[in-house]
Amino acid sequence: MRIGAADRGPMTIGQKLWQVNWSLVSFIIVLTGIGCAMLYSAGDANWNPWAKRQLIRFGIGLFLMIMVAVTDIRMWMRHAYTLYFLVLGLLVAVEVMGVIGMGAQRWIDLGVIQLQPSEIMKITLVLALARFFHGASLEDIGRPMFLIIPLLLVAAPVVLVLRQPDLGTAIMLTMTAGVIFFLAGVRAWKFGVVIGAILAAMPVAWTLLHEYQKKRILTFLNPESDPLGAGYHIMQSKIALGSGGIFGKGYLGGTQSHLNFLPEKQTDFIFTMLAEEFGMAGGLLLLGIYAIVLIYGFAIALRVHNQFGRLITLGITGTFFFYVFINIAMVMGLVPVVGVPLPLVSYGGTAMLSLMIGFGFILCSYVHRDVRVGRHGSGGED
Amino acid sequence: MYREDSSRYKKFSRRAMILGGGQIALFGLLAGRMYQLQVLESKRYKMLAEDNRINIRVLPPPRGRILDRFGVPLAINKENYRVLLIAERTRNVKQTLDTLGRLISIPGHERRRILREIKRRRDFVPVTVQENLDWHKVSRIEVNAPDLPGIVIDVGQSREYPLGADSAHLLGYVASVSEKDKKQDRSRDPLLELPGFRIGKSGVEKEQDLRLRGKAGNSQLEVNALGRVIRELSRQEGQPGDDVILTIDLGIQNLAIEKLRDKKSAAAVVMDVNSGGVIALASVPGYDPNAFNTGLSGKQWRKIIRDPLAPLTNKAVSGLYAPGSTFKMVVAMAALEHGVVMPDHKVFCRGHVELGNARFHCWKKHGHGWMDLNAALQQSCDTYFYEIAKRVGIDKIAAMGRRFGLGQSTGIDLPNERGGLMPTSAWKKKRLGVPWQKGETLVAGIGQGFVLTTPLQLAVMTSRLASGKSVKPHLVHGVVSAGVKRTLQVPAAQKIQIAPEVRRLVMEGMNSVSNTERGTAYRARIKEPGFELAGKTGTAQVKRISKHERETMVLKNKERPWKDRDHALFVAYAPVEKPRYAIAVVVEHGGGGSAVAAPIARDIMHETLKRDPSGYRDRDGVARENEKGRKA
Repeated sequence: MRIGAADRGPMTIGQKLWQVNWSLVSFIIVLTGIGCAMLYSAGDANWNPWAKRQLIRFGIGLFLMIMVAVTDIRMWMRHAYTLYFLVLGLLVAVEVMGVIGMGAQRWIDLGVIQLQPSEIMKITLVLALARFFHGASLEDIGRPMFLIIPLLLVAAPVVLVLRQPDLGTAIMLTMTAGVIFFLAGVRAWKFGVVIGAILAAMPVAWTLLHEYQKKRILTFLNPESDPLGAGYHIMQSKIALGSGGIFGKGYLGGTQSHLNFLPEKQTDFIFTMLAEEFGMAGGLLLLGIYAIVLIYGFAIALRVHNQFGRLITLGITGTFFFYVFINIAMVMGLVPVVGVPLPLVSYGGTAMLSLMIGFGFILCSYVHRDVRVGRHGSGGED
Repeated sequence: MYREDSSRYKKFSRRAMILGGGQIALFGLLAGRMYQLQVLESKRYKMLAEDNRINIRVLPPPRGRILDRFGVPLAINKENYRVLLIAERTRNVKQTLDTLGRLISIPGHERRRILREIKRRRDFVPVTVQENLDWHKVSRIEVNAPDLPGIVIDVGQSREYPLGADSAHLLGYVASVSEKDKKQDRSRDPLLELPGFRIGKSGVEKEQDLRLRGKAGNSQLEVNALGRVIRELSRQEGQPGDDVILTIDLGIQNLAIEKLRDKKSAAAVVMDVNSGGVIALASVPGYDPNAFNTGLSGKQWRKIIRDPLAPLTNKAVSGLYAPGSTFKMVVAMAALEHGVVMPDHKVFCRGHVELGNARFHCWKKHGHGWMDLNAALQQSCDTYFYEIAKRVGIDKIAAMGRRFGLGQSTGIDLPNERGGLMPTSAWKKKRLGVPWQKGETLVAGIGQGFVLTTPLQLAVMTSRLASGKSVKPHLVHGVVSAGVKRTLQVPAAQKIQIAPEVRRLVMEGMNSVSNTERGTAYRARIKEPGFELAGKTGTAQVKRISKHERETMVLKNKERPWKDRDHALFVAYAPVEKPRYAIAVVVEHGGGGSAVAAPIARDIMHETLKRDPSGYRDRDGVARENEKGRKA
């Protein structure tokens, strides 16, 4: 048997804190710092209305992250399904509220904070799938019928989110699930079948899309076709990026951003603002820091000795990657505008909190990398 | 469990590597796209960003003034106070308008227009509430400013003509640029694109528009996505329009208008016989040029257009009249030059001459008796001129008329000038397809029939006769450009090729008209020594007198309907010795030239001589410094 911390008995909180990968945390802080600097610029050199609140939320997020990290991973595994169904219930609640007549909503107003269940689902879906595949042998996974349950676990929230309608989150959930399926060992040809099926279903899906979603996709294909409408955003974003050049126009000097030609500069288009003010150099630097965070994710995953921890680590790392890629590709006109924020940099409460909780799980896996996890989350062998 | 986990771990690691590789590739794609946008296509996007950000605003220069020869302003720029409402600066637009409505009245339809405009435009765009406020209203608003959030007083400039309708024909008016104006302008002046910019539409305003207009300045403004101005990046001031100094003497211009005012429709022109400078150019009725500036209603416009007295026409340059007896000098000179008549040759007038079956009447029913040239001019004997016109022929008369400026545009610096008509036999053949009739020569001999002239042409004719030079009329004396006064050089007029003796004989005839007892204008002479004028009356028949009327009784002018009455004309130069000024007066349907036109011309001429800035001391006609204050 492996000699590890777990074998020496349960770790104290202090030991766990010592085990937290603080260098990863420091890069997270750097990213948030860049984000706040950009939000300060977006607020026209003012901490209000965005930078200050973002910083406060980050503080809360940091606390939650550490809390998640030091909680026993087996406890998380035991409650993975519970959490999943809890959040699924919230998604249904949002849907029902919409039906009752409060209009299409994505939020649950808890008074203090507006909770967006679809954001949290990105984490709980990873937990649920990781738990499912944790106890599955490669033989199990080889049986197609075995995959029905995890597919249903994915399909339920995706359908609910699509009804909101939130295409961006639905895509994120599907792709994150795909990553976990892939890492769990599902055969490549099955992915081929699913992708083929999706392509075949496209014409049907097209008819189900909302008018504004159709328009977004059409203007993505040809932004100049609608320079004053939806294409305006993409066009202005490209102008801002392109005019930034190699070294940018200087901090607080982005004309496109500060004269409001750039839409939603504090949320979806914050990368554009950064690349306008700091040029390609700034854009590549941010991309580099994101890459480092991703590498941390991979390195941690490869060092974790339980499948649950590995899957949640790379599952969440995958989510993080999709955030970064889709957002930056979107503002550069590579993919349609689907409304995905830039992680840790864009302004937004729930996204920040769910990301921090996600990192909490990565750190949790790292802290408990040598812990033996039973089939159902028990500590011993089965 | 361990072995199972180990195989899963291997698969996991392999697939993690694949995943990582995929992510690196996608990040590479992002970096590549950044390179494409920010390095390869950067130039294009930089330009687009500047286009977005910078708005160039054209700054209109102040329009130049128009001054008379002594510097009295005829057209000026008046400060135009406007009340503007900026919606974003008030919490309640309607309340602000209510408060304002208590200070200055805002009619209901205006209020609706204002609210409509506010709704249509962005919050920060000022909307005009009222224009052309007087001082009273401005101060009332200023005093109540604290209760009027969002209300701003703005000063613009608008054109004003202190003389109003009296100067309308001379100066013209300014109005908004039309599409046609833009097409005709080849300089592509950015000012023409400026909303609210006004250009000259007639008169001196039109003719001198480029001088008066000035050059546009511009201001580069940084604007945000909504079009709100953030700051001014650079500013280049325009060049104000030049002031234009006219040859006009406002005192005489006013007097001319005053003398014509009670006539329904009339024109007068006073000219310097040596330089061609126009001292006064009057035409009645006029129109209000200030109304054109602020915009006419359809009703007002239709009223002007349909007025039978044609108030928009400058009759001094565009009105065509048979010259009547004022044409007799030209006929006389043609006959003398070609030797068909000697000065002492006498013609017997018995009240009419006969040509074939036609009878041509003299104005004096029972005839003048024996007439020589001087007496014929003095008493304006038609019979004499029928006779000499018949002898010399129409073509030679027309050639002489053209030498004295008739039958062609004089080239004065005013728009819409008409050329009149000096008929010749060739012209008639070509134009009407029938040969010239001898009887028509007789009619032309007394300035009737086909012959048509403008009052300005008659003044030019008289000037050329008095000076012996082919003077051309002009209105612009000089310009003041950036504070520097510059007099425009007029090329010296060439001598007219005519024997001095011929001119002298005709001028003596004109002297007899005014200064001998039997002269037709003796009663309208200037008695003050040294100021005497020499003139010629004309009474142009408008309606043919039928045989029946002539046999029963010819109605007096006053007994006929206005439209059928004769035109009254008078031309003159003065002083008799060393002439300096010429005048032509035409009163449409005014009656007899000697009774109606001559006294008007006399009064204007007398005043012109008295106001002569050189006071006969300085031939140039430029005011001396110490006399500047004397202007009216």
